Amino acid sequence: MEAFTEKFGIGQPVRRKEDQRLLIGGGVYTDDINIEGQVHLAFLRAPYAHARINHIDTTAAAQAPGVLAVFTGRDLEKDGVGRVESNINLKQLDGTPIFRTQRLALPTDKVRFAGEPVAMVVAETAFQAADAVELIIFDADQLPAVVTARAAGAQGAAVLHDELPDNCALHWQNDTPDAYDAVAAKAHKIVTIALTNNRVVPVPMEPKCCIAEMDPGTGRLTIYAPFQGGRRIQGAVADLLFDGERDKVRHVSDNTGGGFGTRSKIYPEIIAVCYAAKSLGRTVKWLGDRSETFVSDLHGRDQVNSAQLAFDADGKILGYRLETLVNIGAWVTENGARLAIDGGGRIVGGAYDIPVLYYSCRNMMTNTVSTDTYRGAGRPEANYIVERLMEKAAHELGIDPQELRRRNFIKTFPYTTQMGMKVDCGDFAACMDMALANSDWAGFGARAQRSQAGGKLRGIGLASFLEGAGGRPEETMRVQIQEDGSVNIICGTFSHGQGHGTVYSQIVSEKMGVPFTAIDLIQGDTDTAPAGASGTYGSRSSQMGGVAIIRACDIIIEKGKVIAGHLLQADTAEVTFEAGTFSARGGSVTMAEVAKAAHDTRRLPDGLQPGLDETYHYTRDGGRDDQSFPNGCHICEVEVDPETGAVEMLAYSAADDCGTVLNPLIVHGQVHGGVAQGIGQALCEHTVYDEETGQLLTGSFMDYGMPRAHHLSHMAAEFNPIPSTNNELGVKGAGEAGCCGAPPAFVNAVLDALSSLGVKHLDMPLTPNNIWRAIHQAKAEGETH
Amino acid sequence: MDMTGEQRIAAPRQAVWDALNDADALKAALPGCEEVNKISDTEFSAKLKLVVGPVKAQFSGQVTLSDIDAPNGYTLAGQGSGGAAGFGKGEAKVTLTDDGEGTVISYTVHATVGGKLAQIGQRLIDATAKKMARQFFESFATYLEAEGAPAGEAAAPPAAAAKVAGGQGLFWGMMGVALVILWVVNH
Repeated sequence: MEAFTEKFGIGQPVRRKEDQRLLIGGGVYTDDINIEGQVHLAFLRAPYAHARINHIDTTAAAQAPGVLAVFTGRDLEKDGVGRVESNINLKQLDGTPIFRTQRLALPTDKVRFAGEPVAMVVAETAFQAADAVELIIFDADQLPAVVTARAAGAQGAAVLHDELPDNCALHWQNDTPDAYDAVAAKAHKIVTIALTNNRVVPVPMEPKCCIAEMDPGTGRLTIYAPFQGGRRIQGAVADLLFDGERDKVRHVSDNTGGGFGTRSKIYPEIIAVCYAAKSLGRTVKWLGDRSETFVSDLHGRDQVNSAQLAFDADGKILGYRLETLVNIGAWVTENGARLAIDGGGRIVGGAYDIPVLYYSCRNMMTNTVSTDTYRGAGRPEANYIVERLMEKAAHELGIDPQELRRRNFIKTFPYTTQMGMKVDCGDFAACMDMALANSDWAGFGARAQRSQAGGKLRGIGLASFLEGAGGRPEETMRVQIQEDGSVNIICGTFSHGQGHGTVYSQIVSEKMGVPFTAIDLIQGDTDTAPAGASGTYGSRSSQMGGVAIIRACDIIIEKGKVIAGHLLQADTAEVTFEAGTFSARGGSVTMAEVAKAAHDTRRLPDGLQPGLDETYHYTRDGGRDDQSFPNGCHICEVEVDPETGAVEMLAYSAADDCGTVLNPLIVHGQVHGGVAQGIGQALCEHTVYDEETGQLLTGSFMDYGMPRAHHLSHMAAEFNPIPSTNNELGVKGAGEAGCCGAPPAFVNAVLDALSSLGVKHLDMPLTPNNIWRAIHQAKAEGETH
Repeated sequence: MDMTGEQRIAAPRQAVWDALNDADALKAALPGCEEVNKISDTEFSAKLKLVVGPVKAQFSGQVTLSDIDAPNGYTLAGQGSGGAAGFGKGEAKVTLTDDGEGTVISYTVHATVGGKLAQIGQRLIDATAKKMARQFFESFATYLEAEGAPAGEAAAPPAAAAKVAGGQGLFWGMMGVALVILWVVNH
């Protein structure tokens, strides 16, 4: 018994049990599913970024070969399809509530971004549907478009929604600026910075797609679609198409090819496909292609920041002022307008003690696809700002950057931030020390000299960061021990790369002494997910689902003691449980034996229900404010070619405190993935809309710079685990921390490399072109002075 | 985006202008051109089959002419729609000037494209447009030579001029649609 808990218990580097199947191509993604009698759907997407719809003529398309139906927004309107509305309830300082849009899956009045779906064809084959889409005549009057947050706020800018003439859906402020202004007035030094946080396209490997299977007998709809937790899509489709009757809708997903937050949202295309299936009483399949995914998947980031820190003469922060413009795109989506507030706002001052805060956030609407959660969801942006600012402040104050950080780290816990978050624990200086040692910071000078000898500029950059993880403060898990002793973990969280099958099994194996190999994960089906289950996002599955598993196991063990006592002819109170064995009065029975007895009513005490099958709904004590706070320090080393502006990443050292590490192999993978995603944004990913026409110009892999293996160096990740006090597993979400640390560490490293050339400012992405320009601009400025 | 371009044709200005009257020449010279319809003296429609990288579509274009100053130049405004593939629209100013024995055709275009054409084809549009322009001028020159007439006489056959009245507009309309759709050269 001990052997396998040693090997497969909590903290062991267990190889992921999911991988074999995925690596040999055994995964089942939505397009792998084909259902007898299915028909195919294709969308017509608006070629304009902003236009008033005059008429959509579907006559010719409807008569094309194989076509069963053509639908426009008018059809959806006529059939009473509901509209998607965000549930964000944030208010402006004067009490004005956020502006919310009511979005019909296919618009009837205007198109508001290039690529918005405006009509759809259902045909016998996918080719017939695509051909018929070509025959739809889309008659619309083009309107001026606006694509950046700054331009959207300018006088005379195009207006997206008539009811919102200033395009600002929410101007949120934590307070008036008075308190900050007061400390700024007596500050020794004020350091300012203006930054752009570039927009990124999430590009999961699996494009957006959906099969809506209609059971004509029961009128029940089953949706197969990549999704990070089916309860949301089930609820949305039920509300919009089935008068809220949830039992009419089922969502199934075996494998999902990448989530990153963008697969946790309700897309109009999914609603439209379900509507078509319901209208026709047929099973309808839609496979979005890569270019549709580029134009219509929710994007990430896209902020413009103006920030300042006020310091006293000792280099201690007196106050922080941050003004942010967020480009939330054409619609107010589920989380877009709260990311910078509820997401980034949680940890807005990063790892530092901020006594006074003024934070203003304007959420601007533009003719672009909306931005919403993307790995980190506001926290990478917030950490990027404060880390760039600290680095700049160190130079302006003449204090060593590490020393300035140390002076300002949060050191006493629990620490309540200006935004009301209670940071329970952490040791930011220890993480920094660990990263400094691992990166051989002390030896950098010699390495820089070697680079110089080769005509290159070497730089090293550091970033401390604070994350806030956990999301929705409740989750339900069901643990079921079967008659043969095998265990099912039945859940509504959804593993799409996180390795839940492995980690949850480790928790159960350790807790109940059940062999790791006898534990299965049942996920991805709203018919089996327990009531109250939610999904996977916000780095929450271990800290929420994991705790719910522990508690369900506790109930099973208690019931097991009753059964074991009965079998051992002892009182329940006498029974002890350890490593899979119940003991009392010198006798013992294994969990497997108890499980067998639990399914045999003849062997159960009177009145005890058969089975070992428990569901636990866990609610985090402190709610939303009591999350877990992963943190760390990342150091990046780069070499820049001053002739070409090309950057090479040479080394990366991550020192992360993500609390108790359940499986170091998996957490290393999470850190590596997050860092790679962060480096991608910092180095090459960039989403460009044409400022005149609003067309997405980086709409394919030819023009959008995905990071590749050769862009990255070896990444050394080490842990400084300080268990979270907010959950009994002690875990802090690890999935999003990497992309909080990587962009500032990388950019600070490049700035360090270029400091000898007089380059003082850079905005992401650090493409050779941008760096080359910065070098030459600094040169020109140097010559004029 | 804005673009400019010019092309020397080894024929006198009047001959070039008049040769543009020949609808067959235009249709033959414009790559992918399938159909030309005259709506009025200043309005034309045309159909072109275009392939820009992975985007293949039949574009229907309308062109309106203004500021006609034969044989010196004019302005045209055009737009073309390729259904799900996207659209192009814009305005072009065209001038013909003498250059020794030959004629230089100069154009400046302000154009926009949208839809898949902008999203996917953007990077390929320059190359495709340059190729199309080259093909057009080669075919156009070949046409002038094949007519066999001395340059000065190319304009003479009244039949050619009669074929499509205002055909010079037609040429630029056609080319304009192609240019505009393709966001020609140096945006």
